[in-house]
Amino acid sequence: MVRDRDMLISLENAGIQRSERWLVRGVSMSVAPGEIVTLIGPNGSGKSTTAKMALGVLEADEGKVQRKPDLRVGYVPQKLDVNWTLPLSVSRFLRLTNRASGSQIKAALSATETGHLATAQMSSLSGGEFQRVLLARAILRSPDLLVLDEPVQGVDFNGEIALYKLIEDIRSRLDCGVLLISHDLHVVMSTTDRVICLNGHVCCSGTPANVALSDEFRSLFGEHAASGLALYEHRHDHEHLPDGRIRNGSEAGIDA
Amino acid sequence: MLDDFFTRAVIGGIGVALVAGPLGCFIIWRRLAYFGDTLSHSALLGVALALLFEVNITFAVFGISVIVSLLLMLLQRRASLSSDALLGLLAHSALAVGLVVLAFMSWVRVDLMGFLFGDILAVTPFDLAIIWGGGVAVLAVLVRIWQPLFAATVNYELATAEGAQPDLANIVFMILMAAVIAVSMKIVGVLLITALLIIPAATARRFSTSPEQMAVIAAIVGVGSVWLGLLGSLEWDTPAGPSIVVAALGCFVISVLPVPGGGRRARAGVSASAPSTAAPDRDPT
Repeated sequence: MVRDRDMLISLENAGIQRSERWLVRGVSMSVAPGEIVTLIGPNGSGKSTTAKMALGVLEADEGKVQRKPDLRVGYVPQKLDVNWTLPLSVSRFLRLTNRASGSQIKAALSATETGHLATAQMSSLSGGEFQRVLLARAILRSPDLLVLDEPVQGVDFNGEIALYKLIEDIRSRLDCGVLLISHDLHVVMSTTDRVICLNGHVCCSGTPANVALSDEFRSLFGEHAASGLALYEHRHDHEHLPDGRIRNGSEAGIDA
Repeated sequence: MLDDFFTRAVIGGIGVALVAGPLGCFIIWRRLAYFGDTLSHSALLGVALALLFEVNITFAVFGISVIVSLLLMLLQRRASLSSDALLGLLAHSALAVGLVVLAFMSWVRVDLMGFLFGDILAVTPFDLAIIWGGGVAVLAVLVRIWQPLFAATVNYELATAEGAQPDLANIVFMILMAAVIAVSMKIVGVLLITALLIIPAATARRFSTSPEQMAVIAAIVGVGSVWLGLLGSLEWDTPAGPSIVVAALGCFVISVLPVPGGGRRARAGVSASAPSTAAPDRDPT
């Protein structure tokens, strides 16, 4: 186990409150160099909020958030809208938060197979191209930590697998930590080292296989999400009520 | 040269247009048009207070604009009203309070029309010094914060996460806006300042492929509008400020017209270059 101070980011019991409602609470997690951690959970479960809290975009209302000093972050946000009023070419977009030479831009674009788009306008890209360019911009910074919020949105299934493969390649090449947000565990299973299942709090965490088989995961995503995998009985310690409250059970906790 | 009122008007107008173009681009990109309106409307309150306390009008307007923009940031965080309602509330309250305060000061004679629509033909050499001094300062600061400000314009969260410090850039930008409104009030007046910020930038969009290019073209379009507007104003004896805005509008309308035969010209360019590249291959015999 890597010690806390070697972690790129670590959250300890962190939470964010908005108008008397906790968006996420009691989140403890960390990302080590070279590790791919996937945050998974249904819509509104606080995945993006947790990532923003880890990045310092949102201030934690309770708990502790630590980032390695001078941490270089490459961020692919969930939503990025380049409207028509903004004349912005792909190569200018790649230089948004850092200087870069022409050859660096070329290398980053060809790594994501978007080399032919260098002079294209951002507002003219298709969904899949856009996501690849976002990724190219993030890796151009040679980050210590890549934070990818739903990086495969608008990408078809085959493209999705290729993109995850690419993310894995980038991780090995740059030896950076990756915090990945996804709602589809099946596709990321082979890529990710550790999964954290969120639903307002950390439901369960562990290796992808263990999480996929846990009751927590099944109750969040339905039986079919875990189908095709060997049965593995797992006891749960709480239940999600329809109004979002959590009923604590008497059974033992998850340590997947 | 500065003895001629028309020359002073042109020099002052060009100074304002050079700054308004680049800042106007950010106003368009960030959808801040109504915010610009609010600041300029509140400028009249600055005028009233300046006359009341007998201080320099430009500095008073600048101060009030900064206060209003800070107030707006604060209200946006706390209040339950939507942004546009808040802007409307601030804009017109500040304008109304300014007018009421002016009315109370029966001992000063104020050319209200001059403040509302500008009085460019009465620009003094001292005004020119303020416009060009302030303008150069604003442009220098804008160049300095360009990178983080632009990053924050594309995506605030991304800029924050990657350490570009967009909050600082945003605050500095608001101060620059306040400064531009203060120095351009004399040229086009509080009611038309937003037009000088927005129309040249909107005109530039069509001809730009990068943000920096759009800023430069907006400045050039602004200078052209000032020149044309003032010439027209001299020729037809129309009010100078509105004439400049009308000239800018003319440029904008021309920019959105479809280019006649534009597509054909582009193809012709390709076919015209083809024979010349083929020529060296041909055997001279």
